[in-house]
Amino acid sequence: MSAFRLPGRGRIDVARPVAFRFDGKAMTGAAGDTLASALLANGVHLVGRSFKYHRPRGLLGAGVEEPNALMGVDRGPGRHTANVRATTIELHDDLTVETQNRWPSLGFDLGAATNLLSPLFPAGFYNKTFMWPRSAWETLYEPAIRRMAGLGKAPHAIDPDRYTARHDFVDLLIVGAGRAGIEAALAASASGERVMLIDEQPELGGKLLANPARWDWLAGALTRLDDAGVVCLSRTTAIGLYHDGFVGAVERLTDHLPPATATGPRERLHRIRAARIVLATGAIERPLVFADNDRPGVMLASAARTYLHRYGVAVGKRVALMVTHDSGYQVAFDLAEAGIGIAAIVDSRPDLDPSLKARASDLGLELIPHAVVIGTHGAKAVTGITLAPLGSRQVRKIACDALLMAGGWTPTVHLWSHGKGKLGWDEALGAFVPEGEMDRVTCTGACAGAIDPGHGVHAEALWSPRDPASFKAFVDLQNDVTARDIRLAVREGFRSIEHIKRYTTNGMATDQGKTSNLNGLQVAAGALGNTAPQVGLTTFRPPYTPTTFGALAGSAKDALFQPTRKTVIDSWAHAQGAVFENVAQWRRARYFPRASEDMDAAVARECRAVRTGVGMFDASTLGKIEVVGPDAAEFLNRMYTNPWKALAPGRCRYGLLLGEDGFIRDDGVAARLADDRFHVTTTTGGAARVLGMMEDYLQTEWPDLDVWLTSTTEQYAVIALQGPRARDVIAPHVEGVDLSPEALPHMAYAEGRICGVPMRLFRVSFTGELGFEVNVPAGHGLAVWEALWAEGQRHGITAYGTETMHVLRAEKGYIIVGQDSDGTLTPDDAGIGWAVGKKKLDFVGRRSLARPDMLLPDRKQLVGLLTDDPHYVLEEGAQIVDVPNAPVPVPMIGHVTSSYHSPTLGRSIALAVVAGGRARIGETLFVPMADKTHRVTVSEPLFYDREGARLDG
Amino acid sequence: MTRFSAATLLAKAIGHHKGWPAQWPDAAPKPSYDAVIVGAGGHGLGAAYYLAKKHGITNVAVIDKGWLGGGNTGRNTTIIRSNYLYDESAFLYDHAVKLWDGLSQELNYNVMYSKRGVLMLAHNVHDVQSFKRHIHSNRLNGVDNEWLTAEEAQAYCPPLSIDPNARHPVLGAALQRRGGTARHDSVAWGYARGAAALGVDIIQNCAVTGIRRGADGAVEGVETERGFIATRKIGVSAAGNSSVLMDMAGLRFPLESFPLQALVSEPVKPFFPCVVMSNTVHAYMSQSDKGELVIGAGTDAYVSYSQRGALHIVEHTLAAICEIFPVVRRMRMLRNWGGIVDVTPDRSPILGKTPVKGLYVNCGWGTGGFKATPGAADLLAWTIAKDEPHPINAPFNLDRFRSGRLIDEAAAAAVAH
Amino acid sequence: MLLIHCPYCDEPRPEIEFGYAGEAHIARPINPDDLSDAEWETYLFVRTNARGRHFERWRHVHGCGRFFNAVRDTVTDTFERTYKAGVARPGEADSWTGDTGGIV
Repeated sequence: MSAFRLPGRGRIDVARPVAFRFDGKAMTGAAGDTLASALLANGVHLVGRSFKYHRPRGLLGAGVEEPNALMGVDRGPGRHTANVRATTIELHDDLTVETQNRWPSLGFDLGAATNLLSPLFPAGFYNKTFMWPRSAWETLYEPAIRRMAGLGKAPHAIDPDRYTARHDFVDLLIVGAGRAGIEAALAASASGERVMLIDEQPELGGKLLANPARWDWLAGALTRLDDAGVVCLSRTTAIGLYHDGFVGAVERLTDHLPPATATGPRERLHRIRAARIVLATGAIERPLVFADNDRPGVMLASAARTYLHRYGVAVGKRVALMVTHDSGYQVAFDLAEAGIGIAAIVDSRPDLDPSLKARASDLGLELIPHAVVIGTHGAKAVTGITLAPLGSRQVRKIACDALLMAGGWTPTVHLWSHGKGKLGWDEALGAFVPEGEMDRVTCTGACAGAIDPGHGVHAEALWSPRDPASFKAFVDLQNDVTARDIRLAVREGFRSIEHIKRYTTNGMATDQGKTSNLNGLQVAAGALGNTAPQVGLTTFRPPYTPTTFGALAGSAKDALFQPTRKTVIDSWAHAQGAVFENVAQWRRARYFPRASEDMDAAVARECRAVRTGVGMFDASTLGKIEVVGPDAAEFLNRMYTNPWKALAPGRCRYGLLLGEDGFIRDDGVAARLADDRFHVTTTTGGAARVLGMMEDYLQTEWPDLDVWLTSTTEQYAVIALQGPRARDVIAPHVEGVDLSPEALPHMAYAEGRICGVPMRLFRVSFTGELGFEVNVPAGHGLAVWEALWAEGQRHGITAYGTETMHVLRAEKGYIIVGQDSDGTLTPDDAGIGWAVGKKKLDFVGRRSLARPDMLLPDRKQLVGLLTDDPHYVLEEGAQIVDVPNAPVPVPMIGHVTSSYHSPTLGRSIALAVVAGGRARIGETLFVPMADKTHRVTVSEPLFYDREGARLDG
Repeated sequence: MTRFSAATLLAKAIGHHKGWPAQWPDAAPKPSYDAVIVGAGGHGLGAAYYLAKKHGITNVAVIDKGWLGGGNTGRNTTIIRSNYLYDESAFLYDHAVKLWDGLSQELNYNVMYSKRGVLMLAHNVHDVQSFKRHIHSNRLNGVDNEWLTAEEAQAYCPPLSIDPNARHPVLGAALQRRGGTARHDSVAWGYARGAAALGVDIIQNCAVTGIRRGADGAVEGVETERGFIATRKIGVSAAGNSSVLMDMAGLRFPLESFPLQALVSEPVKPFFPCVVMSNTVHAYMSQSDKGELVIGAGTDAYVSYSQRGALHIVEHTLAAICEIFPVVRRMRMLRNWGGIVDVTPDRSPILGKTPVKGLYVNCGWGTGGFKATPGAADLLAWTIAKDEPHPINAPFNLDRFRSGRLIDEAAAAAVAH
Repeated sequence: MLLIHCPYCDEPRPEIEFGYAGEAHIARPINPDDLSDAEWETYLFVRTNARGRHFERWRHVHGCGRFFNAVRDTVTDTFERTYKAGVARPGEADSWTGDTGGIV
């Protein structure tokens, strides 16, 4: 047993040694230790280097408030975590940790040179320098600053751990399992309510764990809670309080286990909705601000008590205390009773509680009232302190190996503050406490300001006979913010605490100011000659403690990041070697390469097959909405630009949907199945949006219409057969439909059976060829596809993908909403003004088409473009100009929206939008690329079968 | 004004830095000003600075209901870029980028503008088409923006995953090398110091409670918590609170205010060299000089002034970040906060005159106002000084919502088919 | 995450089941042609964007699918009440006695 481990004390299992590595050095602790307690037991105080000045630092606290002892924890490849507080690392076998932000070693850190230059680095120094020469900021200064900054190691490998999440619904959530939280749980446990008690520590009990006198009570209480069915979660941190009783909490599941034995998810996010929430989050002890208060061995008094009683560790052999609050005395008494030498208790107050004085006297402790510590000594650990009576220069030195600070208590009001709860200044506590009411949420215990024992004073920095600007008295230990930095900020006109925080970075370190916010506020208030509440409080932000990205991302990764929608024919396409593309949430076959074909070769072959024989295309991703009811035609009439009432059952019509702003939103073919029933199709990406828009109008604008809307997108597989021989492929399998051109002409619709299953058959074409779109129940889709594929072999059938579909439709000048239109085109712009019912008095978007800007002749209009060089395929997105080689900024009159090599025509074709384009047909325009300007001729946006004769095949 | 330099810093260090004066005085309101700017963010303070510097109008007050720089200026993810599609937007944002370059020297205040490059990721064929369109348009407008293959993008930003089997694989990226970041607070402070040195009064904690108009309808001044302040020219630059202020002048605006969240990680050593944005996956990230990953989250769906958002927005954001940069999965979120962004129907700003004589507005920047700070400030100052918009901001008028001449960058990138 | 009382399902459900649908009580003009460009602009784009009591629409997308209205304080994000589409716009918070379709 080490010299600092106290036999017979603590809640740990000293009989079970645990081996760990600290900066490569093998050490031993005990089961139940934290890394912090184990290091102290080994006599290690130096645990880190500070952010800016690389000053040696030791443990300040024993919990999440710890600002100094940040470690890199290595649990194997991809499992390195930076910036973990030693006070929260549970010791386990094979624990491997490294200190951070030092080179070459913790003991000898070259970065400490910055400490010598620190007069040049006051708060905000970077705003005042590094401006000359101008170019040096990016090439010299900033790279140097970046290298110096940062704390832990940057990540470089993918974390193999899993993270999970669950929803919890409870009547009462209690955050914090100290005395107050446990009492609240006990009180509620008899009610039969669903009660959940969560605490960030490995063990429930909070500060009771450092109070052996209450251990029996604690054990009994926890048993009663267990018996009552209260859900108690340890290692679970409430990270934020959100709207309407919602709390996010993260439970750490495996980090306390040796890597070899850790299984299952590493962390679990709890999304808790609670009818009532009790915040019993306790309070954190406040350090004191004096010269060189950052030397290793200078700690919070309460931390020393925790190390003593919970871990059986002495923080030193000769301990001094600097107190401004009564609560420090109990620590001194406890340490003395444990046989630890007390060098002195220095108290800034002149008048002390007689009972405390008496007790100190009984224990033989030296008590120095009305005095303050004005400095500390030692290199990498404190070896002594200098103190002076208040207002006096008669200094005195005392040797010690630890200095404990008792500066009072700061209620942990973070969650209350997340919930926008009001805070009020409690003069007696020298702190903000919850004030007023919050829906669902109450505070109890120390968090509510009910702090015992004793009283204290809460000054800014401790008085010193020296010039306060001449020494470093740290307020924010992690960010190296000193009291003089804060005074400098005030001097420079930063008057609000929010400004001071940002200028000095006080409270912005990874501990989020748990020990520095109030001290910073007090120092600022002193400098401003104001009271603390007048200077204000910075807003607390979630999370309470740093939270793993993975825990918040959860299982939403890789394939589960977003579900991929696949059609029932996807597996067939995959087996055929299709190359896929993502279209909205869907994965669609882009082309079906054979052997060594590239995309161009495959697309050329697929195009030829459709133009000369027959092609087969999976169109299942098209959105489908069933519009049903006596007013179905009236409803579509109001939604779409087209007239619908005269459309006969058994007929289809191209439908165009605008936003109320007059711009094209979506399009698709709709068939009238019966007087009161339409099958409406939408774009692949637009299905949900269109249905939502329809529902909106139907429910809120026209509730008088008797119409029902149902999404049927996933109910039907859609197989498009396109090409002169399309009829031959389906004919042998169709029952109950006369497929002849007379009975089923272009834009006709029929119902029957195919391959023995029910079918909705559309005689439609997005290729310009004879075409059928076979809709069958999705469950039969693959079987029908395979049957038609087999049938088609006699006709040379070819499967084609979206790329060929794009080329074929471009040859015909059919637009794709979202590619040729971009949310700024009207029907007339897109050359589909014919789809607007001229006699209709109203439809969605109609009024906007009459706005002044919609009538201008120079609006961008859809046209075709033919390059002078027939082999050059314009780049989609390329810009169009009418004057070549104009100086920058070059006036642009349009851009290429679709561009392909057309195998049918043996040359390139393009669609474009060009200002006043339709009046420019026949003109020469230019497409300037980075390397060359291409000449193009404006044409009709129609390149093939101008008469449309092939549609009627 | 004490000139900032390494030499001054050294000199002051000898005196324990006791010799630094206030960077700006905390002014009390005077009875009247030639112009009053409402909103002491970067835009408003900058407008006051340029009014004084370029137009000689120094009898100016900037008033704010809180502390200067306490709104969106201090809450954003500091991304700067100008690779916008439409001419109007490209000219507007590039005007700002040109001013960013040299702003530290102009203000004698290091705003830490760092041209580390902004990468915008293309994840599908539609993205590629859209980004190419941007690149070609930018080239002809003299705005730098170049296409990178996925491999080139990863070389530029090594933590980027270009796994072709990813749910949203990276097919390439558009890179604006002049894009980057700046230190947000410093921008507000630098303009405040610069403006104050030219005679501008910066009045904090003084909420405007009304806008007084005369019989002719023109503005006569602002009512504030600290009394009436007479002025003939009011520039409103109040971001999320613009609707509230316009309402005081009897104007209703095409604006809605939404919560926008952002977050930072704990600081680690530098490994993420640039800014990366993905509209498809909804993720935006850079690494600050301090070492924190700075991440833009999404907007919550509903109108709100509460400056708080929901956890599920953060969950989605971090899932997206981890999808694109899988190595950051074990990093830890340090702080998460919300701002209020005011959004117009075409998601482009309104910057110019209003129907009320003497009332000028700069609002509707949505999620992208920081990058425009010096440009918007300069143009607002011009518009106030001349009582007419500069050609660059003329298209960003209020009339466009009536005429239909919208500047809709987001629609132009619309996803469909 | 907000908790929203759907007046049709008559129970509070988490926000992720809902879609926000903009300001409420902006009826589409019966005859848009009668509106001037400025009036049409107002219908299309101008919004109250109230700081405080805000009338707004939500849709229980991942639930009953119905659109409904709500009064919510945009400073605190607290719902005053939700009510079914078609119910008249409520007056002041304390004076209103209309058909709530469910009190939040």
